[in-house]
Amino acid sequence: MDYRFENPAAVRTRLREVDYLSDEAIAGVVFLADRLGKPILVEGPAGTGKTQLAKSVAEILGARLIRLQCYEGLDESKALYEWNYKKQLLRIQAERNSDSSWEDIETDIFSDEFLLTRPLLEAIRSEDPVVLLIDEVDRVEVETEALLLEILSDYQVSIPELGTIEARQIPMVFLTSNNTRELSEALKRRCLFLHIDYPDMDREKEIVLTRIPEITDSLADQVARIVRSIRQLELKKSPSVSETLDWAKTLLILGVESVTEAEAIETLNILLKYQSDIAKASKELQGDGGAKKPGVPRTS
Amino acid sequence: MTSTEATPSPMLELLSGFIVELRAAGLPVSLTENLDAMEAITHIPIEDRDAFKYALAATLVKNNSHWRAFDTVFEVYFSLRGNEYSLGGGDELPEITDDDEMPMNPDAGGAGAGGGGEAMSPEQMAEMLFQAMRQGDDALMRALARQAVTRFAGMEPGRPVGGTYYLYRTLRNLDLDGVLERLMEEAQQESPAPLTPLEERLERDEFESRIDRMKKEIEAEIRRRLVADRGVEAMAKTLRKPLPEDVDFMHANREELVSLRKAIYPLTRKLAVRLARKRRHGRKGPLDFRATVRQSLSYGGVPADPRFRYPRPSKPEIFVVADISGSVAAFARFTLQLVHAISGQFSRVRSFVFIDGLDEVTQYFEGVEDISVAIHRVNTEADVVWVDGHSDYGHAFEVFWEKYGREVGPKTTVLILGDARNNYHASQSWTIKEMSKKARHVYWLNPEPKAYWDTGDSIVSDYGAHTDGVYECRNLRQLEKFVDILE
Repeated sequence: MDYRFENPAAVRTRLREVDYLSDEAIAGVVFLADRLGKPILVEGPAGTGKTQLAKSVAEILGARLIRLQCYEGLDESKALYEWNYKKQLLRIQAERNSDSSWEDIETDIFSDEFLLTRPLLEAIRSEDPVVLLIDEVDRVEVETEALLLEILSDYQVSIPELGTIEARQIPMVFLTSNNTRELSEALKRRCLFLHIDYPDMDREKEIVLTRIPEITDSLADQVARIVRSIRQLELKKSPSVSETLDWAKTLLILGVESVTEAEAIETLNILLKYQSDIAKASKELQGDGGAKKPGVPRTS
Repeated sequence: MTSTEATPSPMLELLSGFIVELRAAGLPVSLTENLDAMEAITHIPIEDRDAFKYALAATLVKNNSHWRAFDTVFEVYFSLRGNEYSLGGGDELPEITDDDEMPMNPDAGGAGAGGGGEAMSPEQMAEMLFQAMRQGDDALMRALARQAVTRFAGMEPGRPVGGTYYLYRTLRNLDLDGVLERLMEEAQQESPAPLTPLEERLERDEFESRIDRMKKEIEAEIRRRLVADRGVEAMAKTLRKPLPEDVDFMHANREELVSLRKAIYPLTRKLAVRLARKRRHGRKGPLDFRATVRQSLSYGGVPADPRFRYPRPSKPEIFVVADISGSVAAFARFTLQLVHAISGQFSRVRSFVFIDGLDEVTQYFEGVEDISVAIHRVNTEADVVWVDGHSDYGHAFEVFWEKYGREVGPKTTVLILGDARNNYHASQSWTIKEMSKKARHVYWLNPEPKAYWDTGDSIVSDYGAHTDGVYECRNLRQLEKFVDILE
């Protein structure tokens, strides 16, 4: 079988070409997923580029991205396949006057023509390369998770009337989770696990520079530093990478060259979404927090 | 490039030892995951230590809160691998190998185990450290960490002292806090205008992160030497720490408490989602007789299609009554925090704390965004001492029943938290009996191991007999399990 990537470094370079800055862990796991033919379960705080990773991988592979957005109440007719029952009824009606037997009609109406494919089946049956993204898998109930198991381990779908449909090629599969509940062991066992955390300062700066080419190096540096500083506080919701980018864009539009406290505090509402967090962070940035205890390094 | 040939067997052996240790540390590693890991490492170049680590992590660790445990075990098992860490033979301590850009005298490595006459004076060393910190030079930092450990830790082979002891000795001699202050001063002087508080903060953050890195280097260095001295298994065993969800509330040290605090927020989110879902699903309203009869008309009077009323699950009201005396304080704190964090799932949460007196603390939690602030107020402001500040469950329950008993109703679930160590006071267990008559449920959560119940002055069974259940709640895992039955 042909592998998609030569080594982890190649994954990294190619992801960078499509403006996705990965790190060793991300590149390593994507590489392994290809080699082992296993899905990747991506977990981490919101807004750290979990979904974007799948999109970027699809882009570098020139593959079609098939996305299944999960939600509570998702069932197999939305995820796997469904019989087009209106069309089946029409068919039966149309046959009524002819003298074909029931067996004929039955085999007829349970054929490909009447099958509505949903994302999972579509990914399996696709002839051209695809990347399957199962987004926010933690939103479905534990029972529904079982729907995914067959496809994730064997890359096949069993339809009682048609038999088992096997994948024509093993697609790359990404599952994302915001960890609102513990996923079942069975699901986890079938996947490679990747936790994407907030990037470190250098990587964040690079992300800002890549995503917002107009920004100056010094402003990007300052943005990354301030965000790192804010993330060290105990907040309800730490700023995500996408919020960092929004903030950097705002500063750019405002024509800020170097962020002062006043400007930082005025625009904090872009980075932080809770009033209590904003109050806390602006207090800290004004120097109320750190200056009080000189010499005592804050523990992470 | 891919190396498809079988892994050399020493590697295989090391790896299976590694997995045994992971399981011993509490990570649920299944057989398939084990096999996946074996396969994964055939696809990556073994010399690439980082890739190797991520390959193992991706196949073996499926929960981010287990990462730390994995990291520790990995560092112990594979710390001697990788070129830059190659050791000399025997018990000789590692020598500085990366002497490329180092201005210090390369034959300082000859110092060996005994320490003693170094080529560099302590002042020179301090200066080097300062420079390394100022420039954030990783190579120099690593070299300095080695040098510092050789010089200050005073490690002796075979000595049964933990790594923290050596770490403490090394850090004390390096005076990193002093270095930080010096760095800050210099930053102040170098900038043309005085630093604004924001700038100062950012500078400080940067230096602190470098100092953190330095500390990690030193820690790693000490660990490497200890592993070389004592062997992998012994070291792994010493360093084995419970996972956050297995940390015992009553015996958690400071570091573990921090990890508990971090673990509790995601847990509350999960629990809230779970409770909300449970309420919405899996529940039918009572039979709607009228609608059923009406429906039966279309089946010729046979009630083939029973109709149910729309489910209106009531949200319970929760009363938390918590012992906050020394021995169980940490447990009470976490439970209060947890219950208030998911208070949206209940119609109301009221909290009471006691030692030998009892006080209501609900108002501390109201309108507070940050629960830890409320907890702090509970610890400092609540009026819970009646006579001598030793737990007196009997009296506390009496006060509770007298003052708030009327408010306990059929919708109320009462949670009592404590070890029921009553210092041989009267139990007054009738209060609990009365309580359970009026309340929907009364549960008792005990942070002590089951084996200790009813030993010494613990009278948990006296009370427990009147409750709907006494649950052992020693760690987050058990607490989480309990919340599931709340409704």
